Amino acid sequence: MTFFLQQVVNALQWGSFYALIALGYSMVYSVLMLFNFAHGDIFMVGAYMGFFVATGLVTLGAAGVLALPSWLILALTILMAMFLTSLVGMLVERVGYRPLRGAPRASAALTGLMIGIILQTGNLALLGARRQTFPGLIDVTSYKVAGVIVSNKALIIITLSILLTLALHQFVRRTKWGMAMRAMAYDFAVVPLMGVSINTIALLTFGLGSALAAVAGIFFGMAYPVLEPYMGLLVGWKAFVAAILGGRGSVLGAGLAGFLLGFIEIFVAAVFPSTLRDVIAYSIILVILTFRPYGFFGEPYSAQLRL
Amino acid sequence: MLLSVEDLRVSYGGIKALHGIGFRVDEGEIVCIIGANGAGKSTTLRAVSRLVPAEPGSKLTYRGKDLLKYPPDRVVAELGITHVPEGRRLFDNLTVMENLRLACFARRNGPEIQRDLDRVFSIFPRLRERIHQKAGTLSGGEQQMLAIGRAFMSGRQVMLLDEPSMGLAPLLMMDVFKALGEINREGTTILLVEQNARLALRFARRGYVLENGNLVLEGSSEELLNNPDVKKAYLGG
Ligand SMILES: Nc1ncnc2c1ncn2[C@@H]1O[C@H](COP(=O)(O)OP(=O)(O)O)[C@@H](O)[C@H]1O
Ligand SMILES: [Mg+2]
Repeated sequence: MTFFLQQVVNALQWGSFYALIALGYSMVYSVLMLFNFAHGDIFMVGAYMGFFVATGLVTLGAAGVLALPSWLILALTILMAMFLTSLVGMLVERVGYRPLRGAPRASAALTGLMIGIILQTGNLALLGARRQTFPGLIDVTSYKVAGVIVSNKALIIITLSILLTLALHQFVRRTKWGMAMRAMAYDFAVVPLMGVSINTIALLTFGLGSALAAVAGIFFGMAYPVLEPYMGLLVGWKAFVAAILGGRGSVLGAGLAGFLLGFIEIFVAAVFPSTLRDVIAYSIILVILTFRPYGFFGEPYSAQLRL
Repeated sequence: MLLSVEDLRVSYGGIKALHGIGFRVDEGEIVCIIGANGAGKSTTLRAVSRLVPAEPGSKLTYRGKDLLKYPPDRVVAELGITHVPEGRRLFDNLTVMENLRLACFARRNGPEIQRDLDRVFSIFPRLRERIHQKAGTLSGGEQQMLAIGRAFMSGRQVMLLDEPSMGLAPLLMMDVFKALGEINREGTTILLVEQNARLALRFARRGYVLENGNLVLEGSSEELLNNPDVKKAYLGG
């Protein structure tokens, strides 16, 4: 039982990364009918943004210029990395996707792949091949509850990931911006007739998704403090799987599917040799998708793509 | 003159849909364009609301402003020209209220929005009973009411209506047109395109006849209703 609960905690933390990245993947896919294959690399950019901000703040503190408490450094790191990464995401939309809005889907999908390569190799060119070490932002303390070890770090990661998923869900349900996003997911062509600029909503969608990917990047850096330019590749693909599994148009679906991926991977790894983890985990997911080809909570959308 | 269109040409990937048409709409008028399926009626409205690009040389002027300088969302938000598309195209996944609210996306004045909302519900009381219902669950008539309500909320200086009678039972159709008449009397100019020529010409003051992307006739509704060619081609003899 203790073993089981321990795996649950691990799975929640592991699933947090997938969930946060899947949200952005899912939003872009739902609202703009695009597979933004650069999104895993936006996660990487977010991790680096967090790295720069955190390292900067820690250095300032060490030099005695600006000594901030560690919780404030963490908060500032998250907020500033969210902001900076959302700018990168919006730039990707503006430069990479907007010019291709009327182009065939395949071209847009290619754009994502190319932008991903540009972000990876751009990082490599700018920072070199050296891996960066994410600063330890908070003093890690572990609590033992009923035999299960939970660190304050894991608690922060899990709680904030769940809260951000719920917050995004509320944003999409309740605000007029979210309403415009849902309308676009349903019938793209009619949205301008409501006086809503498609470009603005596209920027918002990319910005929000990128900001959440940045949080995932920082959390990942806190949990596994080694950063490298290709760190977004595999994680990005898996989050993409979660986004599709969650169902088009469903924020909660994407979040839940992200956590589900975490659970499947962790529990498979707990039983089978770790080399077989992804083989078995993704075979399971393939079977799930066969039975639910529209994902868990997919919403219908208009078949008419033009007016 | 409120809206003037000169030499409007539109093609879809090399295939010409409009061959240089011209028409005008004055403030407060109801004008209709009638024509068979495929004549280019919807394309005409799409060009005015800027959903399809007009070819160089086309001139579209609204209150003296060059319409071609405006993207579609600003045509609605800044000029108040709203387009009720063919087949209504509601957001079926949003509620009635959300559909109406989304149409006010660019509007800031809260009390004014509330007043307009009340007006929509007084024109279409059935919508008020269904505000929390998803638009996709409405009947055809209610959907058309919502589509018009949405246009009412989003600008309503000018309403471009694409076949509002389509798929409606005659009685409902009369309701919808009565409501449109009311909206027009309150100051909204209406440009209507219809396959149902008889209905359109009874409702409008003036009309144009569109054939294969060319305007071939224009006149007062009375003239057109009595024109032998119109009678033969559009009014069933
Ligand atoms: N999106 C489109 N792509 C290509 N051709 C189109 C498109 N929309 C309309 N057309 C063509 O343009 C012509 C005019 O169509 P339309 O404006 O829809 O006519 P109407 O509304 O009078 O039935 C038709 O020949 C139609 O096939
Ligand atoms: Mg038509």
